[in-house]
Amino acid sequence: MTWVLANFGQIWRLTLDHIALSVPPILLGFLIAVPLGWIAHRYAPFRGAILTLGGLLYTIPGIALFLSLPVILGTRILDPINVVVGMTIYAVALLVRTAADAFDAVSGDVRQSSVAIGYGPVRRFFEVELPLAGPVLLSGLRVVSASTVSLVTIGSLIGVSSLGYFFLNGLNRRFPTEIFTGIVGVIVIAVVFDLLLVLIGRLLLPWAHVARQRERRGRGAAA
Amino acid sequence: MNSFLGALAWLADPANWAGDDGIPVRLLEHIGITAVAVFIAAVIAISLGLFIGHTGRLSFLVVSTTGALRALPTLGLLVLFALWLGIGIGPVIIVLVILAIPPLLAGAYAGVESVDRATIDAARAIGMTEWQILTRVEVPLGLPIIVGGLRSAVLQVVATATIAAYLPIGGLGRYIFDFLPLRRFEPVFAGAILVTVLALVLEGVFAAIQRLAVPKGVRILRGSPAALGAGRPARVEPAADSDGADSGGADSDRPEYGGGPTSSPPASHTHSHPTQ
Repeated sequence: MTWVLANFGQIWRLTLDHIALSVPPILLGFLIAVPLGWIAHRYAPFRGAILTLGGLLYTIPGIALFLSLPVILGTRILDPINVVVGMTIYAVALLVRTAADAFDAVSGDVRQSSVAIGYGPVRRFFEVELPLAGPVLLSGLRVVSASTVSLVTIGSLIGVSSLGYFFLNGLNRRFPTEIFTGIVGVIVIAVVFDLLLVLIGRLLLPWAHVARQRERRGRGAAA
Repeated sequence: MNSFLGALAWLADPANWAGDDGIPVRLLEHIGITAVAVFIAAVIAISLGLFIGHTGRLSFLVVSTTGALRALPTLGLLVLFALWLGIGIGPVIIVLVILAIPPLLAGAYAGVESVDRATIDAARAIGMTEWQILTRVEVPLGLPIIVGGLRSAVLQVVATATIAAYLPIGGLGRYIFDFLPLRRFEPVFAGAILVTVLALVLEGVFAAIQRLAVPKGVRILRGSPAALGAGRPARVEPAADSDGADSGGADSDRPEYGGGPTSSPPASHTHSHPTQ
C-alpha cells in the first residue's frame, strides 16, 4: 500500500495512457462495425465475406498483429498507433458479427411498417433499425470494451506505455505488489467503462431496461 | 515491405530450420504447451460443464467465471504466477489452464443446455438411465457447441502461449522476444507470421471438426440459442428466416462469438478473447 501511495503519480499517468489507448479502438470499432454489420445484414452476397474476414482477423494473435502493422502501415515498430489500430481491428472483427445479428433480429414487420408510413432508407436506419438493434449492439460493445482494456496491456511487451508496464517492471524487480496494482487498475478501468456503457444504454435505450425488468417480473410470477 | 521480405528470407533460410531453437522445435514446443494446457483444462471444464448442463445445478459458475475473466489481463496473471511459483513451464501451464477453462466450461454447458427438453423427456420415458441420456442424447446433440468451446480455448491458448515466451519458456514467441531487444526485426516478423499461420490452421482444423461433429439429421439453425451457444431461450425473435443467406458459409457455426440477438453480456459467455 505504501508503494501505491508513493507511486501514485506514475500509476495515474499510466492509467491515463491506458485509457487513451483503449477509448479510440472501442469508439472506432463501433463506428466501423455498425455500417459493415448493416451491409452484411442487408446484402447477402457480402455477408459471408465480411463475417469470414472478421473471424480470420480475430484469430491473429495480438502480439503478432501489433508487430505486423508497422510493415503494412509504414509506422515505426514501437509506435503506440500500432496498438490502437490493432485493437480497432479486433473491435471491428468482434462487433461486426454482433451488428449483423442485431440488424437481423429487427422484426421484418416493423421494417415494412416504417416503409409503409413513408420512411426513407436513411431515416429508417437511424430511427427504426438502429434503435431496435441498440440493446444487442450495446451488449457486444460491452464485451469489446472489457477485452480491449485487458488486451492493451500486451502493448507493453513492445514498449507501448500502459498499466501493462507494471507487469513487466514488477517481474524484473520481483515485486508482486506492483503487478497486483496493474491488474487491479485494469479491472477498475474495465468496470468503469462497463458502467458508463450501461449508463449510456439506459439514457439512449430506456425501453430495453423496462422490457428486461418486465420479463424478469414475468418469470418470477411464473415460477 | 522490406521487413516483410526480410522475414520471408529468414523463414527460407535452412539454418533457421535446424537445431534446438529451429522452427520445427519451436513449433512443436508451442503445440505441446497448447495441447497440455487445453487437455488439462478440458478434463476439468468439460466434465464440470456436462454435470452443470445435465443437472442444472451450479449454473451460476458458468456465468460468473466467464464474465469476470474477460477483463483479467493475461499478461498480469502470467507474470504474477511466474513470480510466485518460479520461472518455468509449470506456472505458464497453470495460467493457460485457467484461461482455457471458461470457454470449455461454457461450451460444454451450453451444448447440453441446448438440447430440446422434449427430446430429453422422451429419452427418459423410454427408460434410458441418466448416464445414457447424457452420453447418448445430450453429448451427441450438443457436440458442435462443445467443440466450439474447444476451438475458442485452443485459439486463446495458442495466442497466450506466444506472450508466455517472454518469461522465457519455449514456443514460437521466443523469436519475438529474443530478437526484439536486439532490434533484429526479421526473426521477430517471422515469429509473428508463424504464430499467425499456426492460429489460422488450427482455426480451420477445428472449424472442420465442428462441422463433422453435427450428428446426421440435425442442423443447427443460425440465430437459435443453440447456434449462439448462449444456452438461453431467445428473448428477441430469432433470425432463423435469414438462414439461407450463409448456411454452409465458413462462419455460420461459430458459437463462441455468442454476441447474438439473444445474449446480453453474461449470456454471451462462450466467447472469450482468443487473441492475446
